[in-house]
Amino acid sequence: MTLTLGLPHFLVVAALLFSLGLVCILSRRNAIGLLLGIELMLNAANINLIAFARFVESDLSGHVFALFVMVLAAAEAAIAMAIVLAIFRSMKHIDVNLTVNLKE
Amino acid sequence: MEPFAQAHLLWLIPVLPLLGAFINGAFGLKIHRRYGEKPIHVVAILMPALSFVIAAYYFLQMTALAPEQRQMLNHLYDWIRIGDFNLPLAFWFDPLSGAMTLMITFVGTLIHIYSVGYMHKDDSYWRFFAYMNLFMFSMLTLILGDNFVLMFVGWEGVGLCSYLLISFWYRDLKNAGAGMKAFITNRVGDFGFIIGMFALLWALGGGWNASGYALQRPENLTLVFREIKLIAPLLLNEQIFGIAAPTFICLLFFWGATAKSAQIPLYVWLPDAMAGPTPVSALIHAATMVTAGVYMVARLNFLFAMSPVVMTVVAGVGALTALFAATIGLFQTDIKKVLAYSTVSQLGYMFMGVGIGAYWVGIFHLLTHAFFKACLFLGSGSVIHAMHHAYHKSNNHHDDPQDMRNMGGLGQYMPTTKWTYLAACFAIAGFPFMSGFFSKDEILWLNFANANTLIPGQVFWAIGAGAALLTAFYMFRSYFMTFTGKFRGSADTAHHLHESPKSITSVLKTLGVLSIIGGVIGLPKLWHLPNFLEHWLEPVFETAQPYLHWHHYSHGLEWGLMALSVVIAFTGFAIAYTLYKDARSKVPAQFIQKYPALHRVVYNKYYVDEFYQATFIRGTMIFSNLCDWFDRTVVDGLVNLSAFVTHQFSKLNGWHDNKVIDGAVNGLASLTGYCGQALRKVQTGRIQTYLYVLLGGGLVLILIRFVIFS
Repeated sequence: MTLTLGLPHFLVVAALLFSLGLVCILSRRNAIGLLLGIELMLNAANINLIAFARFVESDLSGHVFALFVMVLAAAEAAIAMAIVLAIFRSMKHIDVNLTVNLKE
Repeated sequence: MEPFAQAHLLWLIPVLPLLGAFINGAFGLKIHRRYGEKPIHVVAILMPALSFVIAAYYFLQMTALAPEQRQMLNHLYDWIRIGDFNLPLAFWFDPLSGAMTLMITFVGTLIHIYSVGYMHKDDSYWRFFAYMNLFMFSMLTLILGDNFVLMFVGWEGVGLCSYLLISFWYRDLKNAGAGMKAFITNRVGDFGFIIGMFALLWALGGGWNASGYALQRPENLTLVFREIKLIAPLLLNEQIFGIAAPTFICLLFFWGATAKSAQIPLYVWLPDAMAGPTPVSALIHAATMVTAGVYMVARLNFLFAMSPVVMTVVAGVGALTALFAATIGLFQTDIKKVLAYSTVSQLGYMFMGVGIGAYWVGIFHLLTHAFFKACLFLGSGSVIHAMHHAYHKSNNHHDDPQDMRNMGGLGQYMPTTKWTYLAACFAIAGFPFMSGFFSKDEILWLNFANANTLIPGQVFWAIGAGAALLTAFYMFRSYFMTFTGKFRGSADTAHHLHESPKSITSVLKTLGVLSIIGGVIGLPKLWHLPNFLEHWLEPVFETAQPYLHWHHYSHGLEWGLMALSVVIAFTGFAIAYTLYKDARSKVPAQFIQKYPALHRVVYNKYYVDEFYQATFIRGTMIFSNLCDWFDRTVVDGLVNLSAFVTHQFSKLNGWHDNKVIDGAVNGLASLTGYCGQALRKVQTGRIQTYLYVLLGGGLVLILIRFVIFS
C-alpha cells in the first residue's frame, strides 16, 4: 500500500507536538522548561499554518505567517531569557511556583 | 412764599426749655455736686423766662397787625413728604396759640421760681428741674405746632413728663402707682386722639359721601390746621361708618381730650396725680397740661361746630364732670385732693364753654383758671411745706401734713399764703369783679343762651350753677379749715410753723394779684366795656361762626342771672363760714352721723375707682390671665407637642439613617470586601494555575460545542 501524506497527518503531528508543549508547560516548574514548552507549541502552530497553506490555500500567506511566527518566537525567547536571568539574579532560582511576589 | 408774617425765632420758644432740660438732665448731677443748687435753677428758670420774652415780643408784634393778618409762621423744614402729602415741621403763632404761649411761659416761669424754695434740699433737685423744663418744651410744642402730628408729639410729651413728675419720689410705691395710673389712663385717650387723626386725614383725602359714593381727593391730604380749616366744609356731606364725618372725628378727638383734661369717664388719674410735688400739681395738673384738651377743641372749632351731637356731648360731659367732681370735693379732707377735684370741676366748665361754641369763653376760663388754680395749688404747697417742716422739727412722723383736719389757724403764722389763698378762693368761687366771676358767669350765660346743643341750654346752666354753689362751698371750707380758728396740732408743732421763703411768697403774691384782676381781659358786653379777649380771638374762631346760633334774651334776664350767680357765690361762702369758721360748729359731724351712707359714698368718690378696679382693671386682669393660661397651655402645648413629634420623628429618622441607609452602604462595602477576599484566592500568581484553568475552559467549550451542536 502506498502511504500518501495528506493534511490529517500533519495535523495529527502538530496536535501531538502542541500537546507535548502543553504538558511541558503545565508540568515543569523551571522557567526554562516553560520556554521550551512554548517553543514546542509555537512550532506546532507553524506546522498547522504550513499544512493549511499547502493543502487548502495555494497562495503564500500561510508561509509568510509561519515566518513571522518564527521571528516572533526568536524575539520572545530573547526577552524571556532576559527576564529569567533577571529573576535568577534577584532570587537565586527560577522556580515559577515560588515567584509569586506580585500577588501581594 | 406764603402770605404770612415770618417769625424766625419762634422755634426758640419750645427749644430753649429743651436745652435747659438737656443741660440739667445730662450734667445736673455733676453741677449739683460741684456747685450746689444755684446754677441748676438759674438755667431752669432762665430758659422758660427767655421763651416768655420771645413770646411777648411776637405777641406785641402781632398786636400791631390787622386782625385778619395776625398769623405768624416759622417753617423749619418739610418733615414728612409722601406723594401729595406734605407735613412741615413748623410753628404757628396766632391769637389763640399766642395767648396760650404767653400764659404757659409766664405761669411756668413763676412756678419754676416757686420750686426753688419748695424743692430746696431735695436729693434729685436737678432731676426735678430737668423734667420741668422738658415739660415746658412738650407743652409749648403742643401749643405752637402747626399740624396734628406736631401737636401729638407735644401731647405725648406732656403725658410722659406728667408720668415722670407724678412718680418723682418714686421710692414710695403709692407715687409710682399714681404715675402709672396717669400714664395708662392717658394712653387710653391717646388712642382716641390718634384714631381721630387718621380718620380726619382719611376723610379729607377721600371717604364716602352720604349716598355711599367713594371720593378721591389726594390733593386734600393734609394735617396742617390752617389748611384743614379751609377745606373742612368738605366733610359736611361725608360719612364714616354711617355716622356724619365731623361727628365721628370730633368724638374721637374728644375721647382723647377726656383723658388729657380729666373728664368723665377718664378723670380718675388726676386726683391720684397729686402724689407728685406740689409745683407739679400747680403747673401740669392745674394750669397747663390738663387744659390741652380744651385748647385742642378750641383749635378745632371749625370741626366741632359742625356737629350738634358732638357739641352736646362735649358740653354735657363738661357739665356732668363739673357737678360730679364738685360733689366729691365736698367731703375731701386732703387739701390737695380738694384742689384736684376742683380742677376736674373747673375743666368741666371749660368744656361747657368750648362745647356750646363759645370758644373764647372756654379759653378765657382756661386763662383765669390758670392763675387762680396755680395760686391755690402753690398756696397749698406752701402750707404743706410749712406743716411738713414743723412736723419734722417736732418729731411728729405719723400725722399727714396734707390733711386739713390737722391744720387750722395757719393764717396767723403764714399771712401771705393766707391772703393769696383767700384771693384765689374768691376768684374761683366767682365773687363779683374777681377774674373767675367774669369767666364763669360768661360760660353760664352763654350756655343758657346757646341754641347749638340738642339739649336746651337752660339744663347746662342749671347744672353749672349747682356746681358753682358747691365750688364756692368747698373752696371756702378748705380755706377756713386751713387758715382760721385754732391750730389743731400740738403746741410744739405750732412753735415751728412759719411763713415760706421769699421765692414762694413772691410768686404767690403775683398770682394772687392776677387772680383778682385777670378778669379785665374779658369784661362782659353787658356792662358796655371792651372785651379784649373775645375781640382778640375772633379771627381764630370766625370759621365756626356760620354754624353757631344764639337765643336772644333781654338784658334784664342776663342781669338777673348774673345777680343769681353772685347770690350763689355768697351762699356757698356763707354756708362754709357758718360750718367751718372756727371748727366749732357741730353740724358737719351731725350731718355725717345722720347720713353715714351718703358721706361714705361721696367721701370714697362714689367708688368709681373701685368700680373701674372691679370692671375694667379686673376684666383686663382676667382676660390677661386667660391669655396667659391660653399661652401656657394651648399655645405652649402645641409648641411642645410639635417639638415632641419632631423629636420622635427625628429619632425614627436617625434610626433609619443609622441602620437602613448606613447599613446598606456598609453592607455593600463589606459585601464587596467579602467578594474580594473570596476572589483573591483564585489569584494565586502561579502561571500554571492559570494555564490549568485556561485548559479546563477550553475543554469545557469544546465539550459544549459537541453537546450542543453535534
